[in-house]
Amino acid sequence: MLELIVLLIFMIAAGIVAVEIRDLLASVIALGAVGFAVAIGFIMLAAPDLAIVQIVIEVLSVVFFVAVILKTTHVDSTLGRPYKGEDVFTFVVFGLFALAFVYFGVRLLINLAPMSRELGQVASHYLTQGLTETGAVNRVTSVVLDYRALDTLGEATVLFTAVIGVLAVLRLEGRKK
Amino acid sequence: MIILVASLILFLVGLYAIITKRNMIKVAVGFSLIEYSVNFLFAIVGFRPGALPPILQAVEVGKVYSDPLPQALVLTAIVIGLGVTAFMLSLILRLYNRIGSFDLEEIQRLKG
Repeated sequence: MLELIVLLIFMIAAGIVAVEIRDLLASVIALGAVGFAVAIGFIMLAAPDLAIVQIVIEVLSVVFFVAVILKTTHVDSTLGRPYKGEDVFTFVVFGLFALAFVYFGVRLLINLAPMSRELGQVASHYLTQGLTETGAVNRVTSVVLDYRALDTLGEATVLFTAVIGVLAVLRLEGRKK
Repeated sequence: MIILVASLILFLVGLYAIITKRNMIKVAVGFSLIEYSVNFLFAIVGFRPGALPPILQAVEVGKVYSDPLPQALVLTAIVIGLGVTAFMLSLILRLYNRIGSFDLEEIQRLKG
């Protein structure tokens, strides 16, 4: 528990650095720090599959960010500009929303009673029957590839749609008229 | 409980970046922060103290295991998050080539 709290404090600090620093390259590296801290947290939360995927995805994501910044500029020129009246309004609205968000979030999560409840019916079925029904020792893969395989198909569809979108946006010449 | 509230605060840091920052890369960073916080929240919800990973031959009496269902859902969400980030970055790169800056106010000044 304590190490998770320390890790989350580190993540929040790195997130604030990533948002507020002037150098965009440093901002992206701070974002990578948050992502790898998330991977460590997944190991602490007994989710090794998530940690593996998170590390792979985080490396790719930081590489994408750094590639974009190296092709453009790495100085955030919008910082330090004086704020206008409408920006103050934005800050006030954000503050009010943050208060409401934390209040209702805490009320919801208290009812969830985390860290102490019994496993749900579906999860216990996966744990006890998963090996005989799917033959997978790792219950997460049995859920991803067997019980909810259509969900994984949808995920692959979204991923390929994103790839097609990136190719369509980044291609250099349009269609000839 | 403290861990859950800390995840909510990480979410708010990302939301702050999206709402108030005028640099497009910072907005993309904010989206990624929100994604991490939500994934982490799901993993926390599926965890119990002293839980073992859900990799087992047979359930042993007296041992607790973490919930495999949120883990499988988060596995999907992480990969989709990468796709969203890549698409967002390609749009940002295209806009930079058009207007020569990451500034969102420059985009608002464009006509047509």
